[in-house]
Amino acid sequence: MKAKIHVTLKQGILDPQGKAIEHALDSLGFKNAANVRVGKYMELDLQQTDKSKAEIEVKQMCEKLLANTIIEEYRYELS
Amino acid sequence: MNIGVVVFPGSNCDHDCEHVFKDVLGQDVTMVWHRETSLAGLDAVILPGGFSYGDYLRTGAIARFSPVMQAVKQFAAGGGLVLGICNGFQILLEAGLLPGAMLRNKSLHFICRETYVKVENAATPFTSVCKSGQVLKIPIAHADGNYYTDPVTLAGLQANAQVIFRYCTADGKVTPEACPNGSLDNIAGIRNAEGNVLGMMPHPERCAETMLGTEDGRAIFQSMIVSSERKKLAGVR
Repeated sequence: MKAKIHVTLKQGILDPQGKAIEHALDSLGFKNAANVRVGKYMELDLQQTDKSKAEIEVKQMCEKLLANTIIEEYRYELS
Repeated sequence: MNIGVVVFPGSNCDHDCEHVFKDVLGQDVTMVWHRETSLAGLDAVILPGGFSYGDYLRTGAIARFSPVMQAVKQFAAGGGLVLGICNGFQILLEAGLLPGAMLRNKSLHFICRETYVKVENAATPFTSVCKSGQVLKIPIAHADGNYYTDPVTLAGLQANAQVIFRYCTADGKVTPEACPNGSLDNIAGIRNAEGNVLGMMPHPERCAETMLGTEDGRAIFQSMIVSSERKKLAGVR
């Protein structure tokens, strides 16, 4: 099973990288782009066929290491 | 005093700390490799600056799983003095020994320059030779020093006098302009509730000798020595 994990700064926490990119997009003429958020994308193979067990495991990975939940939020897809 | 300086793969201020304690202040220093599991016999432990594990994932995120960090946690729980400088501070946050987290600097730049910090609490083992409100000139060198925590935790830090250093102007005014990195409440250094663990972004080990421009950083190390000697005297009695 493959897990695809996205980690981004929580809503409400200033994302200076996102802001810088937003300004760059704006100066390129993309006036419709707003609220750019930059994050990390990770994917990994899990030796697990049971989806609910895999979900528990991935959630623990996110909570314990992959995201710092003080400042970041995460979401994942399993396939 | 016997000070342990932890060496992670990627630490690069470890020998500066060793130099200050050994050559400038005449103390014993033990370099502690990150695979060690005991800190027995040490009076204090320093987590030095650098880029432990290449700052992969997040600053300090991987270092906190080093075997030595279990020993550091026990050492802190037993009341031992722990000082985290820069990357050491980031590791203490990731390890949960101090509250909060570091965000990228507001400017997105790696900032390496002198800053002024105000000693907000001089009644700690790390600041006892300072006067309350004293301004120290200490350099910073980091990309992720933008301290963040939730409003409840911040209020707790403020109420318990756990904010030890704030970025300020040369004459001690804590203004938004004096904050180099966007840190909440101009925070440059905090301690834990018990008072024996301090994390600070500025580098006192880089300014402990006059030939380096300022020796203001020496105050932090001298305070630790004073505290350790007091402890020993109390133990003898």
